[in-house]
Amino acid sequence: MDAPPRSIKDAAAAALRTLTFDQRMAAGLLALMALLPLLSLVVGGSYLVLVGERVMIFAIAALSLELLIGVGGLVSFGHAAYLGIGAYAAGILASHGFGTLAIALPAALLGSALFALATGAVAVRTRGVYFIMITLAFGQMAFFIGTSLAPYGGDDGLSWPTRTLVLGTRLLKSETAFFYVILLLLAATYVVVSRLVASRFGRVLRGLTDNETRMQAIGFTPYPYRLTAYVIAGTLCGLAGFLLGNQAEFVSPAYMHWQRSGELIIMVLLGGTGTLYGPILGATAFLLLEEMLSRLTEHWKAILGPVLVLVVLFARGGIAGAIEAWRRRRMTPAQLLAAADLLARQVIAEGAMRWRLWSRVLSRRIDWLMQLAKGAAMQAGARRQHLQMTLSRGLTTLRLSAERGIALALARWRRR
Amino acid sequence: MSVPMLRLEHLAKSFGALKVTDGIDLDIPVGETHAIIGPNGAGKTTLIHQIAGSLAPDAGRIILDDRDVTHLPMPARAHLGLARSFQITHVLPRFTALENVALAVQARSGSSFRFWQPVAGEAALDVPALEALAVVDLTSRAHTRAGSLSHGEKRRLELAIALAQAPKLLLLDEPMAGAGAEESRRLVATLEGLKGRYTILLVEHDMQAVFALADRISVMVEGRIIATGSPQAVRADPAVRAAYLGEAA
Repeated sequence: MDAPPRSIKDAAAAALRTLTFDQRMAAGLLALMALLPLLSLVVGGSYLVLVGERVMIFAIAALSLELLIGVGGLVSFGHAAYLGIGAYAAGILASHGFGTLAIALPAALLGSALFALATGAVAVRTRGVYFIMITLAFGQMAFFIGTSLAPYGGDDGLSWPTRTLVLGTRLLKSETAFFYVILLLLAATYVVVSRLVASRFGRVLRGLTDNETRMQAIGFTPYPYRLTAYVIAGTLCGLAGFLLGNQAEFVSPAYMHWQRSGELIIMVLLGGTGTLYGPILGATAFLLLEEMLSRLTEHWKAILGPVLVLVVLFARGGIAGAIEAWRRRRMTPAQLLAAADLLARQVIAEGAMRWRLWSRVLSRRIDWLMQLAKGAAMQAGARRQHLQMTLSRGLTTLRLSAERGIALALARWRRR
Repeated sequence: MSVPMLRLEHLAKSFGALKVTDGIDLDIPVGETHAIIGPNGAGKTTLIHQIAGSLAPDAGRIILDDRDVTHLPMPARAHLGLARSFQITHVLPRFTALENVALAVQARSGSSFRFWQPVAGEAALDVPALEALAVVDLTSRAHTRAGSLSHGEKRRLELAIALAQAPKLLLLDEPMAGAGAEESRRLVATLEGLKGRYTILLVEHDMQAVFALADRISVMVEGRIIATGSPQAVRADPAVRAAYLGEAA
């Protein structure tokens, strides 16, 4: 029998080694998030917890969308509809006094699944731009249905009487409890999606994204697989909607607006498709950027826009892509330090060269100034001779000391 | 007479005024390796597309193992035992060679609506897949991504995928296309090993390969089959010599 691990630390390290990189990154992110309520105790106030909740809820939504975009090759531009459906289903039930978990959550999931089944049955038959447009249309359809729900607030939205009751208790009213419930559900979503991607079903879905003709030739009909993925993704996003409504104790058609769908796509792309920790990172980065920039200026979108353009231009795989690229080079921390050192030296060498050029220009300028001063002194006659001498000597001293200083600094840089 | 593996009855297809398949009748008995040759533009690939189901014929019937498949989509025909390789390679570039073949095994063994168990390392899929890779001599490349295989290796991978489907009929559309001399010899040797065990319909430009492999040859010119027979008979046929071999030989 193997010797039992010596300590909990060893056991944890052993368990960590069996995880894939993706799982380790996700576990790390979730662990960091789990610390937020503790940090919030130190800082005071519930701000951190509320931001953390929002980040995790959107991470669930982004994960569900990654199942479509990254795994299934289906760019859905109407995914926010499920945020609204999940929230409306639970909110409407709550307004009729059925705001308990046993009723509201299944209703939110079932409502999302049914909407996904009905719209997906049509949308999944199309590909590419047509799929984008048709999902956008269905998303906007959900949005306008929301605005016309007059008994439930219409445009203004619907305030919930309270958060969903758990076994008749107001457990979710405790911000800390609610936070950890969301964390748990995010972890569960991650596990479900990653198992799904690695399963037989997931392999078929990925194969269809890779080469549909080949898949048909070996006997796979794309439609049922894509539709199933679409329904699963919608249902998972419905869960995010249920939580979003609970957090605000409110739901409005704005949850389903196409801009929100666009933001979900941005989260997935920013974080990086092709990984599952990427969407979690993307949701975090997007919401934190939004949070910070909107404090800076009300025109924060004018800053966010270029940032996103830069990410798309220079980091094709998003944040996760940049991390993967770094990993592929397989640098140890020592190698990384060496690389950073080399880069610093190059920057300094470049800087030194610039300095040298600039100092030459400077000394020529000083010479010219002295000529000017000499000429002026001669014209002014002997009485100014003294002044000229002083000026000349002063300038020479200035030049010499400047040159000596630069030379000294240069020598020091070169010695590094 | 026993039921042929593949029977084409008056198959016709036009693109506008151009009759690319002009009333083709053809019987391929079980176990035969049948080659279709003909000059460029004769309609060979169009014919393959119709048999595989990626193009619908205008008229006529396609009967696979006594079953009318004329109106069945491509995946359904695959399930009935029709496997094909493409003129332009179609593999899954982001999957390893093994995964490419394992998917073909998965297509015919058990439900693919399994969402929880990891598929990687599933012996029921990997064992037959590795066998198919061994047939085409790609075992050493099993864990290489298909996208980074050489052209010849991709062609052999396509063949392994087709074999993993446990097909009744192999449709091979120019399997040697683009392969170097060495690769071609290798593919011919592999196909010779398969001869007799599978019914094979082969479209190929490489005459050496065709005459080495085929039991019977059909010559297609302008959408019609002008001659069908043993390699010797076809070689001797004056119409064939005039239409096709004359310019090559």
